Amino acid sequence: MQKTNTFIPDLPKNIFSGFVVSLIALPLGLGLALASGVPPIAGIITAIVGGTLVAILGGSHVTITGPGNGLVVVVLASVMTLGAGDAYQGYLYTLAAVVLSGVLVMLFGFLRLGLLSDFFPASAIQGMLAAIGLGIFAKQFHVMLGNDDASGSIVELLLAIPAAILEYIQTNQESAIWAGGIGILSLMIMIFYPKIRNRLFQLVPAPMWIVVLCVGLFYYLSPDFPIDSSFLISIPDQVFSKFPSPDFGLWNTPEFINIVITLTLIASIESLLSIKAVDKLDPLKRRSNVNRDLKALGFATVVSGFIGGLNVVTVIARSSVNVNNNGSNRSANLFHSSFLVIFILLFASQLKMVPLSALAAILVFTGYKLANPVNMIKIFKVGKEQLAIFLTTLLVTLFTNLITGILAGILMTFLIHVYLCRSLNFFLKNFLKPNVLMYKEDEEENSYYVSVTDFCTFLNYFRLKKQLDQIPENTKVIVDLSYCEFVDHTVMENLNNYMDAFERKGGNFECMGLDAHGAKSAHPFAMRRLLPFKGKLSLNFTARQRKIKAVAAEFEYMYRLAAPRSEFQLEQFPFFKTKSVTALKNVLQYEGQSLFDAHFSEGAFIAKQEVKMTMMKLDLKSKVPSFVLNKDEGLLEYIYNLNDYNDIKIEGYPDFSDRFYLSGIDEKSIKSFFKDELIRFFESNLYYHIESSEQELLILKRERLASVQELKLFLDFGLRLKNLLDQDYARVEI
Amino acid sequence: MHKTINTILTGLAFSPNLEANVHESLRLSRMFSSKLVLVHVGHETSEKKQQIKEILEKASDDKQGVQIIFKPGNPVDVIVNYCNDLKVDLLVIGAQQRENLFKHYLGSIARKLTHKVNCSVLLLLKQSMERDACKHIVVNGLEDPKTPHAINTAFYVSKHLGCPKITIVEEIKNKAVDVKVNDDRTLRKATLIKERIKTRENRRVNELINHIDRDFTQGIQVKNQSIFGKTGYSIGHYAKVVRADLLVMNEPKRSNLIDRIFPHDMEYILSELPTNVLIVR
Repeated sequence: MQKTNTFIPDLPKNIFSGFVVSLIALPLGLGLALASGVPPIAGIITAIVGGTLVAILGGSHVTITGPGNGLVVVVLASVMTLGAGDAYQGYLYTLAAVVLSGVLVMLFGFLRLGLLSDFFPASAIQGMLAAIGLGIFAKQFHVMLGNDDASGSIVELLLAIPAAILEYIQTNQESAIWAGGIGILSLMIMIFYPKIRNRLFQLVPAPMWIVVLCVGLFYYLSPDFPIDSSFLISIPDQVFSKFPSPDFGLWNTPEFINIVITLTLIASIESLLSIKAVDKLDPLKRRSNVNRDLKALGFATVVSGFIGGLNVVTVIARSSVNVNNNGSNRSANLFHSSFLVIFILLFASQLKMVPLSALAAILVFTGYKLANPVNMIKIFKVGKEQLAIFLTTLLVTLFTNLITGILAGILMTFLIHVYLCRSLNFFLKNFLKPNVLMYKEDEEENSYYVSVTDFCTFLNYFRLKKQLDQIPENTKVIVDLSYCEFVDHTVMENLNNYMDAFERKGGNFECMGLDAHGAKSAHPFAMRRLLPFKGKLSLNFTARQRKIKAVAAEFEYMYRLAAPRSEFQLEQFPFFKTKSVTALKNVLQYEGQSLFDAHFSEGAFIAKQEVKMTMMKLDLKSKVPSFVLNKDEGLLEYIYNLNDYNDIKIEGYPDFSDRFYLSGIDEKSIKSFFKDELIRFFESNLYYHIESSEQELLILKRERLASVQELKLFLDFGLRLKNLLDQDYARVEI
Repeated sequence: MHKTINTILTGLAFSPNLEANVHESLRLSRMFSSKLVLVHVGHETSEKKQQIKEILEKASDDKQGVQIIFKPGNPVDVIVNYCNDLKVDLLVIGAQQRENLFKHYLGSIARKLTHKVNCSVLLLLKQSMERDACKHIVVNGLEDPKTPHAINTAFYVSKHLGCPKITIVEEIKNKAVDVKVNDDRTLRKATLIKERIKTRENRRVNELINHIDRDFTQGIQVKNQSIFGKTGYSIGHYAKVVRADLLVMNEPKRSNLIDRIFPHDMEYILSELPTNVLIVR
């Protein structure tokens, strides 16, 4: 790939994008810090440090870094437990935990633990995010209504919401009425902002509108602004000269260690998930260096902790704003932090006019988005068991803490897998096996073949991922899961992501071998298990089956899931002399051309082997001599059994003779059949193995199922061959 | 250089596989024109003798060169001793089969035998009465002093079994690539390095093939294939995926208890026979 330096020409749009991001980062940073129970400026410090250092040292391209949603709940708990009532002291202890977690995140980067996030089942992560969302929502809802003092567990806070609404309606305290009013108005702005399709209005992000309106209101109503200053943001006067310093006094207490671990884990997971998600948005389709990003994030967190900031994480919402505003490289992140510095220096006094309730409204909206019931419905559609995992994680988190919650989610996932496979031993025995094989199947076609055995779940997905990451995304990949007895939702979802990535970069990624697996639901990400009973067909289509169906519709073929195994009388062909057909699947038919997956078995009893192979049969209008056309290599092996077949050389076509191996019984009629036009056709087309019987041709390619792309080529080849033979050979006497 | 196979020894157990085992052994001895020794570890009874006789009679018209030995004792010791005393070149062991049709495993005796005997070992999992033509042999092409011998033997065997196709598999270790794939740039670099390693490996293997007797290589289609995965295990996986009929491997290193718990190389293949395996010594 050619490397062109577009840094300077791209600078203006990155400055602009950084500016827009800073508009959203300013209120979010203040709000997240407030929700975490630390001074609001801590959020801005985090964003400034993170934006600067990760922009310089990081390994991703369009991500924005700063304080994250996921940590709000953890930091809040930390401030309360470590401070034991003294919020400021708790903040200082928490800073120490932040510093240490930064060191650990950095260590993760050096140990290349970027694959950490792969060990968490997708549904468990969803459950964790929902729990975090609920946590933010529960606390901030009260703040939004002008009640700063609400405290208690997440569940208690949630249950207190109706009472809080009643109380707000009945209150006669002027400050609270105004604060709550502004809060509710702000929430309305957050909700209805996307619905207003006005370009000028949309230029400024919704959170910034809230800040601007609040400041405007303050000036309008001053000097007698009705809200007491305790309801407003407090920002220290010397932001950049007097930093709080972390207090490591509690470093050896279990609570402290627990918090460090939780911070590290949540910060890493949130960052890794965000990086993965942002890579999908990158218009230049670059791949992020995850481990380098982790190192940078860890380092930035250490620095941030020492000067009063929180954990620096990669954040999805701000990153997507960056992409939408044409941010194209890491400088956007740097500019976002630079603009934050400018805002704080220039507008510190104006920011003090913003009520807490307005920021709380932004967070209520964020929390609601994380815990959106729609997510739950989506998960339910993947399967009941996924919902069980999701709910387990969510509920355990709500009643205990995040670490316990996610562990419960992982355990639940594993138990469900064990239950579904009805064997614990199956997992224990195969867990350590390096079950993934990858090789380049075809040099010219630049195609890779990946085969997975035993099982493929979140437990050992990293092995598959390691191999898949080695394949350039502009090539063809076939992932064969037919030896894999159990595939879970996490893996299916990740494979789907690969499919997208390959498609985006001009490659092709297909999964096959799942047709014989039963799925738990019709969802493409549903887990799949090899059905123990033969012949029982799952009603839920696999991705391949759906694609084949689409191909059928596109080219007007008739599609059937299966056909009676004697339908094509395959036994008449030499290829099937020693084989018996057990099933015919995925049949495509159109006027004498039939393409299908033949399942057949070779050998007897013990030596029996089940093989699946895509092949095509053509019914011709006239009789053709019996012949077998082969490449010099390829399916040659079995020809050895055909005693009565002789080698036939066609003179005058050296290229054809070089590349193909023709044999048959009646040499004379075969020679007259292989005329110039037909030979030229074979010479100029992809290689297929062809054999004939009476009026029918059987065409084969590889000894495996064809990918959908190969299938199309196959159909095209068959159609053209049939046309050639039917038109030009109908008159030939044989 | 390959060793000529002059004497084949088959250990017999009176299991349902007995008949197929005898048939396979007879077929092999005929193909290699070698002597066949059938050893049953246990007491000689007329019943057993009769059974074997019947099978032999059914299987072939010329029973010459077939020696039947009954000897009680520790199965491993007895067979190892006979292998040494009779200068056996190939020991044939039939694999048992699990309830699950697709998986086969080796009994503990067979496993010990593969490590203790001093001759090549053929582990058969597809014993059958009828001849099942050998169509595809996969052989390891690891960079190892024993590899030339294994490849030589693979050609020798394929000549005698009439096998038209040999694939020499080079397992490329991720370590050899030495570039950690992190982003697009490192991926390109790693892909380039892999191509280079592949070319180098192919050259090495082709060099080996050039040294083999032309008689053996003639008419056999040879393919080099680089695979990525865990050394030792992945070649078995490959043999399974391409449905090879025989996998030829180098002699394993010594194994101990730790290898059984944390299997590597040969242990993987032995614990999960992907196809018939020939261990060359």
